[in-house]
Amino acid sequence: MKLDAVTINMLKTGIWESFYMTALSSLFAYIIGLPLGIILVVTDEGGIRPIPWLQKILGVVINLLRSVPFLILLFIALPLSKIVIGTRIGSPAIVIPLTIAAAPYVARVVESSFRELDAGVIEAAQSMGASTWQIIWKVFLPESKPSLLLGAALAVTTILSYSAMAGFTGGGGLGAIAINYGYYRYEPFLMWVSVVLLVVMVQIIQEAGNRLSRKSDKRIR
Amino acid sequence: METPIIQIQNLAKEFKTANGPVRALQDINLEVSAGEIFGIIGLSGAGKSTLVRCINYLEVPTEGDVLFEGQSMAAMTDAQRRTTRRSMGMIFQQFNLLAQRNVIRNVCFPLELTGVPKKEARERAMELLKMVGLEDRAQAYPAQLSGGQKQRVAIARALATNPKVILCDEATSALDPNTTKQILELLKEINQTMGVTIIVITHEMAVIEAICDRVAIIDQSRIAEVGAVSEIFLNPQSAIGRKLIMGDAGERAAGGTGSGRSIRIIFDGRESAEPIISNMVLACKAPVNIMYAATRDIQGKAMGQMVVQLPKDADGAERVIDYLESIKIPYEEVNGYEA
Repeated sequence: MKLDAVTINMLKTGIWESFYMTALSSLFAYIIGLPLGIILVVTDEGGIRPIPWLQKILGVVINLLRSVPFLILLFIALPLSKIVIGTRIGSPAIVIPLTIAAAPYVARVVESSFRELDAGVIEAAQSMGASTWQIIWKVFLPESKPSLLLGAALAVTTILSYSAMAGFTGGGGLGAIAINYGYYRYEPFLMWVSVVLLVVMVQIIQEAGNRLSRKSDKRIR
Repeated sequence: METPIIQIQNLAKEFKTANGPVRALQDINLEVSAGEIFGIIGLSGAGKSTLVRCINYLEVPTEGDVLFEGQSMAAMTDAQRRTTRRSMGMIFQQFNLLAQRNVIRNVCFPLELTGVPKKEARERAMELLKMVGLEDRAQAYPAQLSGGQKQRVAIARALATNPKVILCDEATSALDPNTTKQILELLKEINQTMGVTIIVITHEMAVIEAICDRVAIIDQSRIAEVGAVSEIFLNPQSAIGRKLIMGDAGERAAGGTGSGRSIRIIFDGRESAEPIISNMVLACKAPVNIMYAATRDIQGKAMGQMVVQLPKDADGAERVIDYLESIKIPYEEVNGYEA
């Protein structure tokens, strides 16, 4: 097995598919997970708008989703992909289960970023007459930006590694190439090439997250 | 008489803990007049931080009410309370600046909350930064500032909305003595030039002595005594009051003498030309033992206090007391309580 033009094209497609599965799923996961993370912190007992019953229920639902192994969730959620996107195979179909798996994860990552925030700063905003919304928009989000960016790097790399399982359900991406060639056809060379490419992608995402976080943080000078 | 700007009425606060409810405050009644600097002092755990948070309803009292300019905070909706809070700036021991905003944007923050146009807000913020002496640090971030500078920014921020009251929660407790002095001077200046009422929460008597007109001493969730600072210094009524005024050293001197009577003599500065103790010893022909002496600066007036052990014989002790009475030097017996 050599890196001929056909193989290289296949790998290129694989990179692109991995990229867009991860990017789309991350986007949707944050659209759902970020507000959930905010709700988890804000409605907590001792939060700025305590609604303990809501906080508890949400916590349990998130834990439930987080405890289902992704491969199982993948098979459970694919019928939903059929309804939403019209197909249960291929790379687009996997965005739905990926989002379902990643959103609760993102909610927890966001929650932990917000919990790092100094309670005194929130109290100061309250003493100035800030409303709950104002505290969320003007204190929680901007003040935890560096931590949120680090969390995002963590979440996106996790989503990328989940996306690699798409190969089991007819999806694409580098993970699928590694599985199809390495596992099913026993061609270790292509498997290793795909794995190395995945490693490089993880490195790039993590490094970008680290740099953005450091650059945005005004606490270190 | 004018309505006090803040009236605290029968206020109590109870916290639920794992070991059952804890009363943090009990039977609190206080009135703060517009334009004064009012101190609230107590040891840690006395409930003073809870009390200051009840004043702007960051903590909702379990019982009682707070009237701001005659308006009941208890009767207000959340939105009305938020509006009222804008009339009460607050500064904190840990400054609580927004770490990701630079100095000028920190000062603009409360104006942003009320929807003041950006340009107007920045002008107002610059004005305030000039007043606290930090206009050249407008673009700096809090991490680049010293503790004293951070507190100046916090003061500018608290003043941005033109509040009528500033609540200071241990505002100088994280600062060194020199910086503390500068921040207290700044607060005093703000009080005098802008007429802002200031409520100071502290555990340090020196802070009260330096800037407060009146003080409430709070002990074990209740108010032990309230009065003008000079009055309380001259004649503390409560055990906690004496403890705070004399300090540890003075208290040890007063309580640890074992035998005989001790008195605390107070000098209010006017008799500095006279050597009172020497004259007393000469006139009474009785030796006294000086256990403790210190001077305090109360509102710019040097006030001294001295704990003196009276002569062992009753006659000599009587002569000393009579002498002090005759020259009208305030004193009080202090051996009534043990350390």
